[in-house]
Amino acid sequence: MTALYQYWLNLPLVLQMVIKGLAVIGFMFPFGGACSLIERKISAWMQGRHGPNRAIPFWIAWVPIIGPLLQRLGVFHLMADGGKMFFKEDPIPGHVNKFYFVLAPIVAMIPALTTVSVVPFGAYIDAAGQLVPLILADVDVGLLALFAVSSLGVYALILAGWASNSKYPFLGGVRASAQLISYELSMSLSILPVFLWVNAPGGSGTLSLFAVVQAQSGPWHAWSGLWFIFTMPVAALIFLVSLFAETNRLPFDMAEGEADLVGGFHTEYGSLKWGLFFVAEYSHMLIGSGVFVLLFLGGWNPLPWLPLATFAGWLGLAGNPLVVGALSIVIFLSKVLFFVFLFMWVRWTVPRFRYDQVMKLGWQKLLPLAIGNLIVYALVIAWVQVKN
Amino acid sequence: MIQPLPSDLITVNVDGQDIAVPKGTNMIEAARLARVEVPHYCYHPKLTISGNCRMCLVEMGLPAVDPATKAPLMDPATGKQKINWMPRPTIACATNASPGLHIRTNTAAVQDCRNSVTEFLLINHPLDCPICDQAGECKLQEHSTAYGRGYSRFVEQKNVKPKRTQLGPRVTLDDERCILCSRCVRFSKEIAQDDVLGFIDRGSYSTLTCYPGKQLANNYSLNTVDLCPVGALTSTDFRFKMRVWFLKQTPSIDCESSVGANTEVWSREGVIYRITPRQNDAVNDTWMADSGRVLFKEVSAADRLSGATLNGAQVTQGKALQAAVDLLSGRGGRAESGAVKGVAVVSSGRSTVEEQFLTRKIADKLNATVALVSRVGVGDKILVSADRNPNIRGALVTGLIRALPEQKLTALGAAIDAGQIQVVLSMGEDLIAAGLTEAQQAKLAVIYLGTHQNATSAVASVVIPTLTVFEKAGTLVNQQFRLQKFARAVPGLAGVSDDLVTLSYLLNALGGTPLGATLGALWPVIAAEVKVLAHATYDTLPSTGLLLDSASWAGLPFVEGETLHFKPVAGPGVTS
Amino acid sequence: MAYVVERKPLTLAERLYLPQIFAGLRITLKHLFAPNVTLQYPEERPVIPSGYRGVPTLVRDPQGREKCVSCQLCEFVCPPKAIRITPGSVPADQPDRLHIEKAPQAFEIDMLRCIYCGLCQEVCPEEAIFLQNQYSLSGYTRAEMVNDKARLYELGGTLPDQHYKWDKKKAAAEHGNTH
Ligand code: SF4
Ligand code: SF4
Ligand code: SF4
Ligand code: FES
Repeated sequence: MTALYQYWLNLPLVLQMVIKGLAVIGFMFPFGGACSLIERKISAWMQGRHGPNRAIPFWIAWVPIIGPLLQRLGVFHLMADGGKMFFKEDPIPGHVNKFYFVLAPIVAMIPALTTVSVVPFGAYIDAAGQLVPLILADVDVGLLALFAVSSLGVYALILAGWASNSKYPFLGGVRASAQLISYELSMSLSILPVFLWVNAPGGSGTLSLFAVVQAQSGPWHAWSGLWFIFTMPVAALIFLVSLFAETNRLPFDMAEGEADLVGGFHTEYGSLKWGLFFVAEYSHMLIGSGVFVLLFLGGWNPLPWLPLATFAGWLGLAGNPLVVGALSIVIFLSKVLFFVFLFMWVRWTVPRFRYDQVMKLGWQKLLPLAIGNLIVYALVIAWVQVKN
Repeated sequence: MIQPLPSDLITVNVDGQDIAVPKGTNMIEAARLARVEVPHYCYHPKLTISGNCRMCLVEMGLPAVDPATKAPLMDPATGKQKINWMPRPTIACATNASPGLHIRTNTAAVQDCRNSVTEFLLINHPLDCPICDQAGECKLQEHSTAYGRGYSRFVEQKNVKPKRTQLGPRVTLDDERCILCSRCVRFSKEIAQDDVLGFIDRGSYSTLTCYPGKQLANNYSLNTVDLCPVGALTSTDFRFKMRVWFLKQTPSIDCESSVGANTEVWSREGVIYRITPRQNDAVNDTWMADSGRVLFKEVSAADRLSGATLNGAQVTQGKALQAAVDLLSGRGGRAESGAVKGVAVVSSGRSTVEEQFLTRKIADKLNATVALVSRVGVGDKILVSADRNPNIRGALVTGLIRALPEQKLTALGAAIDAGQIQVVLSMGEDLIAAGLTEAQQAKLAVIYLGTHQNATSAVASVVIPTLTVFEKAGTLVNQQFRLQKFARAVPGLAGVSDDLVTLSYLLNALGGTPLGATLGALWPVIAAEVKVLAHATYDTLPSTGLLLDSASWAGLPFVEGETLHFKPVAGPGVTS
Repeated sequence: MAYVVERKPLTLAERLYLPQIFAGLRITLKHLFAPNVTLQYPEERPVIPSGYRGVPTLVRDPQGREKCVSCQLCEFVCPPKAIRITPGSVPADQPDRLHIEKAPQAFEIDMLRCIYCGLCQEVCPEEAIFLQNQYSLSGYTRAEMVNDKARLYELGGTLPDQHYKWDKKKAAAEHGNTH
């Protein structure tokens, strides 16, 4: 075990990065597919249906209890769907701009896969007793980079809408861009209090998400042990709502709007290209949830006032970085998955807004609220600092 | 301003509304003029009145006069003449209108009468509408919806009477349905002049039947089926073929003789099911002959021509037309005889006016001699005349022929024997039947434009199929010189062009001035060229026809004898 | 008369919209764990209630005789014109039905057209056509989806009624008049 770890540490840095990157990609793609299956199952159950429960390879059907169980869970539909997606005919309508039409789904994947690199998804305690983040690129401008890149995702939608050269996709693309602009503002404003707190005078300035988690890892009864969702609930709410809008999920899926726009930006797409848009959407969901967990839910800390290091110490794992790392990933991922579930739960509960309601909510409700929230917290933080 | 009434009009009052009607009109017709319908069964405008169904009961009143002075009695309340309403209802069919007559058809008493009559009629009725051919055009059914009670109070056993009796070769009788109106009896006696029907037994056991040893077999027997207000008399041919409510009606003309009886063709989805008479009081009243009702069977006859042939081999319509043009213009004559010298057109009295007009144009262009085939039978003095060509007068009017056709094509035969005629364009006529010998026909190159196979089509060089009268529209001129139009009832056979299209193609290809191939395009040309048709167009032709000025042909020895509404002008050669 | 319905002004909670969302989330969560209501179709079959309007069929009377007299009323009333009847006489080999005179020669219902409205059953004066409990039918060609007379009787079976209107008529005819 330790030998393996040593071997890893001795690998050239570039190779380490490539392996980590491939691992992430290898995780993201199946995750997108799994999410679509989970979504189908959850929506079915919420509606009193069974959902997909038919596909099964015959040799698994022979396995007594497991086989039927897997079949009822619809696990093999995931593979069947994937296979179908790859082998389906991929028509490109005659009237589209072919180059950009093909480019759009690829562009959609780029931010989805890039942003992962600045999101820490766990931590371990190294030999020196320091908490080290599990992250592909621990850059100081972490969050800024994340926002910058993820907002590129909308270009894919605009590109798809424009290249499709037909009216519904075009309208979808236009809506997507308007919506993104409207909600990005409130989103950025809503997280400023968090960083005001983290970068309180005296500390070294950082936008690193790892630092944000660290700021929520205080001991028992300390302010810094409380997760930000408890200290800044309004900011958390604004961020969450904006997140829904940013990821184009119901009730904000204006760009798709199958009731009024047939399918919006992806109306003209089929097979694998269409699938890429959905993998990108689920990746966005995953990363968005991850950022929310990091910012407001204490990242990989199991409970408020119970930081990972203390927890690992109780379990006697302090000297075992691999196990601690795995534990932190599990904690982090379970929180993230809860949010992914929340996304689905909301989708099958709340009906879609009208477009003007979306705009009104963004500009007239969330933006003033976010600004007010920022001012209040700035004053409070200043007051706390002065008192100290 | 009140118009002074013409002397033969009188004023009557129907349901409070004053209306001028001709003298002698009965109350049903007077009410009809006032747009009030009086339900009736036994009354028929073209038959004598029998007044036995009692359905037409109405209330009647006359202006009151002082019995002593004969001075009108005025009603002080209204300031008008008082009306003496009769205490009991009167049958409207048998009462003629008199000046100042008042009729009430909408009172409770009248309603009561109708309800009671209907209930009585339905007591012994078998109520088998589901299997009755009359359903949908049955007066009893119609009036029962208006005046019937919806359920029966009759608990006793219904009468049974003979069902499915064959009254004659074409008529089936169901006596249980008969309401004893006697229309059929009167028709046979008065119109068909064949007194074969009568009632036996009394009361509710009365039964319609043929006199012993007789049959309802005359050529007008199917009119009794049309007349019968219920489903008692039904047509054996149409029996159980189709429900009448599915059938589309197209106005047409009976082509069996020069009477030109107006008809209604009943078809569904391109299939004709029956032909019935259409009322035209100047031609056929409401009757037609049985023989004209089966003519529709020619549409789907086995010997129908369905494709063009060239020397017996199937070719396309275009090829056949080209071959015809070559033959007619002398380019494709028979090899041994070299260039063709003579062309004759054997035209037909069965073609429409428009076709005859185009035929004349073609004949003029080719300088061809024109013959027309005569068909003479025996007239029955009712609605079948001696001349069995429906449109001889059309040929005269359009100038296709100048004199009446000879009985056999002797002149043409002589010309063929003399070698002057080598090509004949036959407009559906069988040359052998028309009087040529096989040997004469064998010398000819025949172009046959017709609907059915015959001895000529079998040997013709070029055969181009055409449409029957049910598949095209056009006009005919009957024995009265009445221009009558008929419409297309069913679509033509697939792949067969309209006759006008074929003829105008030939005319164009032979170098004639292009004329239209549709009625709309052709009629202005015809009207401009033919003097007696100067004001006619197909679309504006009244449904009862247009009487033409026949003065130019007054001296011709037409063969027709007297028929209903037609008296021949005594000419030199009248034979019958 | 037109009514103007005053809308209640929304309370703050309603305007916030969040309580409603939470209530909705509660409901969907409840359903997430509630038992499913869908049938697993080919294995589980629904119970067909009486009066169900399935595939239209022709029925025979308890003696196994054809009831339809080809009156064509169903053909007339059928809104999508799915029924096609060729009327005809009762075949000579059915002596006990000859007095009915009329029977269909051919009877076709195009199930690609039928909209299961039941009007044919409603209008039939002979109680010969019924929409029964057959609800699943499919075929590979258009022709297969046209039920002909034989198939309609096969699907329809026997109607256990004791009406026998035509037998009564026949008895009356044999009995003759009372005078
Ligand atoms: S058969 Fe018809 S037309 Fe003749 S008397 Fe009876 S109901 Fe009248
Ligand atoms: S159920 Fe309705 S649509 Fe179907 S055959 Fe009967 S009348 Fe026609
Ligand atoms: S099924 Fe009934 S309505 Fe239809 S033709 Fe037969 S008897 Fe008439
Ligand atoms: S119509 Fe007058 S009594 Fe029959």
